[in-house]
Amino acid sequence: MSTPKMVDVFTDAEIDTALATNPAGYAIAAMADEDPRILTMSADLGATLADFREKYPDRYLEFGIAETNSISVAAGLATCGYVPYIYSMSPFGVLKCAEQLRTDVAYTHLPVRLVGRLTGLAMGYFGTSHHAVEDIAVARAITGMTVVTPADSGAVLSLMRSTRDVAGPVYLRIAEGAEPVYETPPDIEFGRWPHLRDGNDVTLIAHGLGTGLAVRAAARLESQGIEADVYDAAYLKPFDEEAIVESLTRTGRVLTVEDHSEVGGLGALVAEVSGRRKLGADLSRLALPDVDLEVGVPAELYEYYGLTADNVVRRTLALIDGD
Amino acid sequence: MSVETRHHTLDRGRSAPPDELRRRADWIRLKTVELIDQAGLGHYSSTFSCAEIFATLYYHALRLRPGEPEWPDRDRFLLGKGHVATGLWPVLADLGYFPEEWLGRFGKVGSPLNDHPNMRLAPGIDFSSGALGHNMSVATGIALAGRMSGHDYRTFVVTGDGELQEGQVWEAVMAASHYRLGNLVAIVDANGFSGAGPTSDAMNIEPLGERFSAFGWHVEEIDGHDVETLCATFDALPDPGSAKPVCVIARTRKGKGVAMMEQAPQAWHLGLLEPDQRDAVLLEIKGRL
Repeated sequence: MSTPKMVDVFTDAEIDTALATNPAGYAIAAMADEDPRILTMSADLGATLADFREKYPDRYLEFGIAETNSISVAAGLATCGYVPYIYSMSPFGVLKCAEQLRTDVAYTHLPVRLVGRLTGLAMGYFGTSHHAVEDIAVARAITGMTVVTPADSGAVLSLMRSTRDVAGPVYLRIAEGAEPVYETPPDIEFGRWPHLRDGNDVTLIAHGLGTGLAVRAAARLESQGIEADVYDAAYLKPFDEEAIVESLTRTGRVLTVEDHSEVGGLGALVAEVSGRRKLGADLSRLALPDVDLEVGVPAELYEYYGLTADNVVRRTLALIDGD
Repeated sequence: MSVETRHHTLDRGRSAPPDELRRRADWIRLKTVELIDQAGLGHYSSTFSCAEIFATLYYHALRLRPGEPEWPDRDRFLLGKGHVATGLWPVLADLGYFPEEWLGRFGKVGSPLNDHPNMRLAPGIDFSSGALGHNMSVATGIALAGRMSGHDYRTFVVTGDGELQEGQVWEAVMAASHYRLGNLVAIVDANGFSGAGPTSDAMNIEPLGERFSAFGWHVEEIDGHDVETLCATFDALPDPGSAKPVCVIARTRKGKGVAMMEQAPQAWHLGLLEPDQRDAVLLEIKGRL
């Protein structure tokens, strides 16, 4: 078995590789064709936007290694009718700039989009400074912020289209390297969760790269006679509360899957709804523990923290067994 | 003010005799004392240091259309040191952005007018502020938008000197010269004090002129209480199409115009005048009107 290695997601060497590793760069070029208000901005992530820059050099703005300034400049541009998409690495774009996002972009109701690349553990062995595992909790806590998480490369464009006309700010949490879930980019209705599979035995809800794990786990569970109801939690704010209520009422048990801290992520959201709506469902969550995280290449880390389809199967069986 | 008048454009460099601007600055101080008295706590001395700057900008320099606050060609004004918005509310009411009666609910629940300005609530506010260090960046974005869309408006941003300790300001100062934004004008209300004491005792920010110059800005250093110099400086601003952003370092006195505050500026950064003090201060200011 070969040793897992880091994938270079910064260089668009070949278009096939780039589509898989840099879906956000290609999606925005397609979006800009349709909407002249769209600008892109980068805090030293220009390589992501090579295609856009070539097509629209006058609509690309570079701001160097200065994330906080980028967010506030985007707010100024948005007051003048532009719709800026800021490309940033999520640990810096969201966590460093939480206050700029809140004060300059959200409280002001401005259509600024933060495209967070390299989320969760995607930066792997670069170190915990480069992990973004609290970003959903922070972004969801900000009033007026829309938070979306594409399950695969195709869903990036789907969610960009789905959120294009949102009046306030949007955080798109891109999971590079997520396994394909959709054959073609799905139409995703604002605030709704795509229903990926019907089942009455257990509910699996996942976002980002967790969605592919849930889908593959559900296929394996079927061979053991277990029918899983699977949702892609593409919208984390607003989220699809009625999907949770309908599914948990039917199955009585749910496993959530995500590459985010167990604090303030999808698992917490589903638990809150289950309690508030008195669904009485058995809950289990697969998330990153609230401890100092290990550092290593992503594939190793996913294995270490159980973010694998095999582990989703194991955890689902344990949930059904009442463990 | 009739509706017809309100929709007229107030042009740049419009006639405003120096005496009138001086009186207007003192009127701003007077109204500030009244509004803070009504709310129960406020920023006196740092509002007083920029009263002449407010007066000169709004009654002489800015191109505005108060009846049409979102007019795309208006000059933009951003108040980086948002804690002095109390001095701005009477001006905006006087120019017709909103009814004078709004001042009567200043600071109350549901009022659009508070200690710091909120662009979602108050007409005439081009951007919210309160968190120091943000508005230089926002102004850079607005100036950049002007360039990209071919408008000739100017973007003015007033910062405090203490605010310049925030690192984000210098990210924006760097970006504004990188993008050659000659349509951006920063006015530093350099009153020498931040919340806890003399600005450069807390963290040295001087020499400000050399620092802005080193970042590629055109710098003017002036007496920020001299309305004739303020007018002349704004009248002589480089064309908005020019390549260097402009920094006007306005040397001011914290608490200017009220003797007890000039002598103890720190004590009056945030506070409330007792009734007898308030009456004496109002009398002192009215003596000049």
